[in-house]
Amino acid sequence: MGLRGEAAIVGIAEYPHRRKYVGPRKFTTEQWAELTKMALDDAGLTARDIDGLVCADIREAGMFTPATVVEYLGQPVNFAERIDLGGATAVGMIWRAAAAIELGICEVVVCALPALPIPSHPVPQPVNPMMYFQSSSPNWGSPQAEFDIPYGNLAQNCGYAMIAQRYAAEFGYDPAMMAKLVADQRRSAAINPNAAFFGAPVTIGDVLASKMIADPLRMLEIVMPVAGGGAVVLASKAVAARCRHRPTYVTGFGEHLTIKTPTYAQDLCRTPVGPASRQAFSMAGITPRDIHAAEIYDCYTITVLLTLEDAGFCGKGEGMAFIREHDLSCGGDFPVNTHGGQLGMGQAGGAGGMTQVVEAARQVMGRADARQVTGCDTVYVSGTGGVMSEQSALILQGG
Amino acid sequence: MDTQLEKPMPLPTPVTRPYWEGLAQGRIRIQRCEDCSAWVFYPRSHCTGCLSNRLSWHEVSGDATLYTFTVTRQPTAPFFADEVPQCLAVVELAEGIRLTSTLVDVVDTDIHIGMRLKPVFDHVSETITLLRFAPA
Repeated sequence: MGLRGEAAIVGIAEYPHRRKYVGPRKFTTEQWAELTKMALDDAGLTARDIDGLVCADIREAGMFTPATVVEYLGQPVNFAERIDLGGATAVGMIWRAAAAIELGICEVVVCALPALPIPSHPVPQPVNPMMYFQSSSPNWGSPQAEFDIPYGNLAQNCGYAMIAQRYAAEFGYDPAMMAKLVADQRRSAAINPNAAFFGAPVTIGDVLASKMIADPLRMLEIVMPVAGGGAVVLASKAVAARCRHRPTYVTGFGEHLTIKTPTYAQDLCRTPVGPASRQAFSMAGITPRDIHAAEIYDCYTITVLLTLEDAGFCGKGEGMAFIREHDLSCGGDFPVNTHGGQLGMGQAGGAGGMTQVVEAARQVMGRADARQVTGCDTVYVSGTGGVMSEQSALILQGG
Repeated sequence: MDTQLEKPMPLPTPVTRPYWEGLAQGRIRIQRCEDCSAWVFYPRSHCTGCLSNRLSWHEVSGDATLYTFTVTRQPTAPFFADEVPQCLAVVELAEGIRLTSTLVDVVDTDIHIGMRLKPVFDHVSETITLLRFAPA
């Protein structure tokens, strides 16, 4: 079952992630065009090579999104997808693109997640109270509208906090180890010019002293919203052979969805990234011990902890000890989120998970500069959408 | 902060109405599948165990334990600014189903996972009663 490992990431593009964006504002379509050109140039390909595209929602269209992007780019395609998996979207894009290439539908697929601010509307717009519901649906008939939102259970912070509390009750909890995870990642971010926290490491004490948001999650354990975005180009083996960089082959993937609101999860401490990762490792024919770097979706510290356990890097309940025993920075003995993760890059809207994909490819291509992991051939990537309700995993390997 | 914002309230549907009517009367009624005996929550048209549409309503005691919780130090949305800190909870009924609620009549330092809870019927309007929980 699965991929043969004959589709590769051949080009990458990434906007610098910044808390305060000072550049020119651009519509999502314009950012799509810009990121596509950057990624094609990086690969050594041209616009005419594109015959597939994977997108997520854009600000300028509510439906017919792929056609809107295709038309704007002026490049017809044989394969177009729109992915709606929250933070698992980037990983979901990559495996679908790889599958389409292996099926022979297309040869060169662009996947982009732009997230710079768009221009301000010339006519002042009223505040839409719908924005307060964030990812929770207040529509009539929505289970969340009826059974969760009226109690105040909406958006992300409270769900992740309740997962962390449950974990604490079942397995114990060491706030200092969650803080160490942040400090290790921020060391990597501090030497990544694209990270919002470039040049700004933190200590364990800084994390523990940051403001409590929803017990037990503190401010520095939660991603900071930023402007950013990124893109990758995938290509067939034949095309990859004429590209500029070492092809980063997609050799395994998995995806698993269970619930939308964590109240209804069977077991909050055993997350969908478990089955997704087992499928990915099995497809690639490797084990967690073969991984040289793990780019783990990190909207919150608890997400990384549970992914380390459920993906099999350590046993259930051993995550705190694993963090204590390993240096997780890019120069450490078990590199996690070598770009600083989203806790170090900042989270650019729905594009956060693309930072993990771009960094994984960068590491395999040997282009991570000061952050380069020596001999990095095999990388694990995860994506997490909702409140650990839809998760995905990738294995990327050098050709 | 916009104080004009009305709190979002449940708007029952034809399928869920018996649940809300029960709460208004101080009774907790939960669906159970007549084919596979699974308890189903929230109310649905079909069973989450076997997708049977033969679901019937049963009154339950409301005896519960705390599955997990958090104390919000920041409002989850502006509608709840006046309730901060909220003790948001996932509560497990004796029947094994879980629901979203908030804890009342408890000091946050006394909250612990596994604690026994009893239902509190909060009649927030003429038609809507929210199901909250307090230490048993």
